[in-house]
Amino acid sequence: MAESVLREVIPPVTEARHRSLWQRAWEAIQLPALALLTAFLVGGFIIALSDFKVLEALADTTSRLNAIGYILLVMTVAVLVGGTAFSRRPEIILSRLRFVGNVGQARWFGVVSAVLTIGAVIGLLVVIGFGPVLWLAWNAVTSAYGALLEGSLGNPLQIVAALSSGDARAIGLAFYPISESLVASTPYIFAGLAVALGFRCGLFNIGAEGQLFIGALTSVFVGYAITGLPAVVHIPLALGAGALGGAIWGLVPGLLKARVGAHEVINTIMMNYIAFRLSEWLLNGPMKRPGAVPVSPFIAESAQLPRLFPDPIRFHLGFFIALGVAAFIWWFLFKSRWGFEIRTVGANPNAARYAGMNIAFNIILAMCMSGALAGLAGANEVLGVNYNLANAFSSGYGFDSIALALLGRSHPLGVVLAGLLFGTLRSGGTRMQNVAQIPIDIIIVIQALVIAFMAAPAIIRAIYRIVKPGEGEVVFTRGWGR
Amino acid sequence: MRKSLITLPALAALLLAACGTTPPTPAAPTQPPAPTEAPAAPTEAPAAPTEAPAGKIGKICQVTDVGGIDDKSFNQTAWAGAQQVAKEFGAEARYLESQQQTDYEKNINEFLASNCDLIVTVGFLLGDATKAAAEANPNQKFQILDFTYDPPIPNVWGQVYATDQGAFLAGYVAAAVSKTGKVGTFGGINIPPVTDFMIGFEQGVKYYNQKNNANVQVLGWDSAKGDGLFTGNFESTDDGRRMGETLMDEGADVIMPVAGPVGLGTAAAILERGGAYLIGVDSDWYESAPEYKSIVLTSVLKRLDVSVVEAARAIADGTFSGGTKVATLANNGVGIAPFHDLDAIVPQKVKDDLPGIIQGIIDGTIKTKP
Repeated sequence: MAESVLREVIPPVTEARHRSLWQRAWEAIQLPALALLTAFLVGGFIIALSDFKVLEALADTTSRLNAIGYILLVMTVAVLVGGTAFSRRPEIILSRLRFVGNVGQARWFGVVSAVLTIGAVIGLLVVIGFGPVLWLAWNAVTSAYGALLEGSLGNPLQIVAALSSGDARAIGLAFYPISESLVASTPYIFAGLAVALGFRCGLFNIGAEGQLFIGALTSVFVGYAITGLPAVVHIPLALGAGALGGAIWGLVPGLLKARVGAHEVINTIMMNYIAFRLSEWLLNGPMKRPGAVPVSPFIAESAQLPRLFPDPIRFHLGFFIALGVAAFIWWFLFKSRWGFEIRTVGANPNAARYAGMNIAFNIILAMCMSGALAGLAGANEVLGVNYNLANAFSSGYGFDSIALALLGRSHPLGVVLAGLLFGTLRSGGTRMQNVAQIPIDIIIVIQALVIAFMAAPAIIRAIYRIVKPGEGEVVFTRGWGR
Repeated sequence: MRKSLITLPALAALLLAACGTTPPTPAAPTQPPAPTEAPAAPTEAPAAPTEAPAGKIGKICQVTDVGGIDDKSFNQTAWAGAQQVAKEFGAEARYLESQQQTDYEKNINEFLASNCDLIVTVGFLLGDATKAAAEANPNQKFQILDFTYDPPIPNVWGQVYATDQGAFLAGYVAAAVSKTGKVGTFGGINIPPVTDFMIGFEQGVKYYNQKNNANVQVLGWDSAKGDGLFTGNFESTDDGRRMGETLMDEGADVIMPVAGPVGLGTAAAILERGGAYLIGVDSDWYESAPEYKSIVLTSVLKRLDVSVVEAARAIADGTFSGGTKVATLANNGVGIAPFHDLDAIVPQKVKDDLPGIIQGIIDGTIKTKP
């Protein structure tokens, strides 16, 4: 008897441990994927509703509605509300209606009724006369997203044609969109790793943007001020200078946190301002190239990260360096003693102290490494893409990367994937702007929506009725000012 | 209550069926009215030769700098020009916004593949990228605004503006209107496209002092030192507000902010406190920022739109050529806006003086730079 009581009190070992790699991968990927899907749906609504043609047609149709039309419109809303309610909680409604059924059946009822509801609402709208509006909206959204895809991944027909023609230049142009996406992803990966590493130590490094600027400054300086070195020496030197600059910028808030307990959020933000104004001053003064414009001189050719393809393609070695660094960070965090200490400090500093770990050292180490990674993001842009440094150097990689680290769950692999996603979106936005004439800002909206949904997974779980897994959520950072 | 849940859709279906015979507004979803798809992807644009024949401009493409297309400043003015080209020549106008340095090359590349007859790049920040693209694509015509190359590049129209000439007039008017005997200015960063305004403004005030035996002071710029007040950026309206308040505290009652949208913050500060006037730059702020029209004395116009139309016309005429073009008072590329609602506070004598000063500047008898 005691045994059976025990069995009830202590839950059997969850099957969580025995899940296969694929199951775990699916569980890790399903929330981000659904968040992305939802963000695109909401973004689609925004695109449709900001399209002049759609709005015109909408106003036109509404003005022509007669009494019956209005009645139908009200009914459409009723169908929408009723159908949604039913598809959301079919088991409750079915049981109230004294239908027999189990949860599994109810789920199918839910899915079927969701599909039916959408169909019915579209049908009703078409009957009332909103068909042209819907068609225009559909066109606006598909042309925008079509251009986004083509601009970020390339046009499959063009790729096939280029490959079969065998013309090197055509092949290059066909793969240009993908290469641009990878180029745009690289700084995101570096900066995302920087923030993720901080999160693992319980530190909220908002200063990645400033560290990135300093990294760019130091690497561009080493790039143009030192000449006559072979590339094998110059490139690592310039990259190292970038990492060092970022590390110093991370060291200051790290020291302040470890020694006097000053909150790193405040200090990293303040360090950002210092970095921005410092770079403005340097570019208008000591680092200005001869002439009028506040841009640094070009770096020496020996400091340029080699581009791997002929000219319009900017894909450079930096992407592989980023992947290598991500692998190293994974090893460091999960396989090395230092990484273990950093994660322990992040999870529970009191336990870490009790275990004899040096909290101050780990905080400083984590902030330095985080700064170095962000500095590498800046160095990568300078040495791989721009070859010089101007004021409008970054539009906020450091800030985006906070969201990116959240999206990647502070895991190097997750950060790489999230970085690829952000880079792809950003890169495709250009084509979307050119072809569909949708402002590139919509990309930022979609990114923000993805982040919002990822930060509040409960919303996604509620929308798609996903059962919460039994495991605890990953701890990103401890509370503020605790 | 329970029943209504089922019956509602049923009712709807019934009514639908009933209305099916006489739909209120017939709409055939299967046959959409002339699918208005956005112009097809550039890769399949038919019959657009890579080299446009002279006498025709089919597509004009603008790459903005990081200020964005709606910066109430030079990107927006240039875009107004592109739209005018679209109207006048029946051309297509497209723009791409740059958000950061890496976007310049990418955006130009995007347009290089889009059969543009003219690619307009705005601002010195695009200088390097435009040069590289122009040299790699000698058949593509470019226009860069507010920047030029020495030596010139044959397929790049480098447009610069003698804004000191327009600002000179504004300085003259400002000095006449000021009651406190102090006028102020500040800039974004200390670079010639910005400081030209400030220099001209200062010289205009000095000219007023000299002609009218007055002693109006200029705050925020000193040509002798080559330095003055700068926000350090072209974005923060908060900085503009602070600069405006500081200058008003110092006694300035006419202020000319030369920092794009930053000046909007200054306008807000002036509107709140009152007792001072604003001089807009680049476009006529009376029209581009109408919420502040009660305090906009005038604006120093930098007609980027005129330059864009000029370049397009040159392509249409087959007279397009590279090299440096300077917009001046003489060719109407710079100037000042009307006084609009504040016409009454500008002394008639000053209004009468202006044509003579303009003539003097054009002749070269009046120097707008020290």
